[in-house]
Amino acid sequence: MPKQLTYEDITVGMEIPPLVKETSPRMSAEWAGASGDYDPIHYDKEYAIKRRFPSAVVNGRLKVAWLIQLMTNWIGDQGVLKKLGCQHRRVDIIGEPVTCKGVAIRKYIENGEHLVDCEIWTENPKGEKTSPGRATVILPER
Amino acid sequence: MAEESLITEEMQKAVGSVINICITKIERTKIKMFVQATGDTNPLWQDEEYARKTNYCGTTVPAGYLVTMQMEGESPGFYMPYMLSLKGAIDAGGDWEFFKPVRPDDIIVVDRKLVDLYEKKGSLGNMVFNVFETTYRNQRGEIVAKGKWTSIRIYTPEVEDYEGRKID
Repeated sequence: MPKQLTYEDITVGMEIPPLVKETSPRMSAEWAGASGDYDPIHYDKEYAIKRRFPSAVVNGRLKVAWLIQLMTNWIGDQGVLKKLGCQHRRVDIIGEPVTCKGVAIRKYIENGEHLVDCEIWTENPKGEKTSPGRATVILPER
Repeated sequence: MAEESLITEEMQKAVGSVINICITKIERTKIKMFVQATGDTNPLWQDEEYARKTNYCGTTVPAGYLVTMQMEGESPGFYMPYMLSLKGAIDAGGDWEFFKPVRPDDIIVVDRKLVDLYEKKGSLGNMVFNVFETTYRNQRGEIVAKGKWTSIRIYTPEVEDYEGRKID
């Protein structure tokens, strides 16, 4: 078990360890089966192109699940994810890796909770932020 | 492209109403599928022995599960038939807030309210933005999470559906 992250460990500008997700038609099919969202734009390239997408694209909600994983991996068992959100600005192509990244932008105490605000995003191989967002976590004191 | 609004009076009337309520029992087999599909292998979600030794005193449901597994129901067109002339729902993203841990076997009731409807022209054509608010309650009536998210429907007259039928 990794060492528990604490409020005192946080410095503004600190990077969250990135989470890299490889994408494939199989992964997309697994996600469709798990989530029940069978929209073919996520696994059928020809259909996705007809729908004016460049290719089959990663499901937006799957990217949200990955961004949540980025945060829950980082904050450990004693951290609490309070808020998270993102906007899907660009599509991610099935077959290209998606990297989830984040950086701490503010630490503060409110109503007795030790909070950290973070900027988070998914990034494509060109380095473009495809789904930028933000998250707030509660961390334990040392 | 037609200059008149794609948002009909009937669509506008739906703003402010709960369009569907969804009841889901959290099942361990579904959590396993979620973990496999996302690769989120955190032991807090499935390893009871491990999770018992943490502050949670048992396994909990990943926040991602609550907001990504269609617990708010299927595609909005299903509940809003007046939207069906507009094809292709696209998820624009959202914001979620988590208040209480959710456990396997909990029963979660999600209500989805349509809170805003507006139109924009974009690279994919005329787009109608549906903004929803979702509230997640457990079997004790406690609010465990809330969300606000946007789904875009696009006016795409020349597209065929998956079975090759023309959509118009």
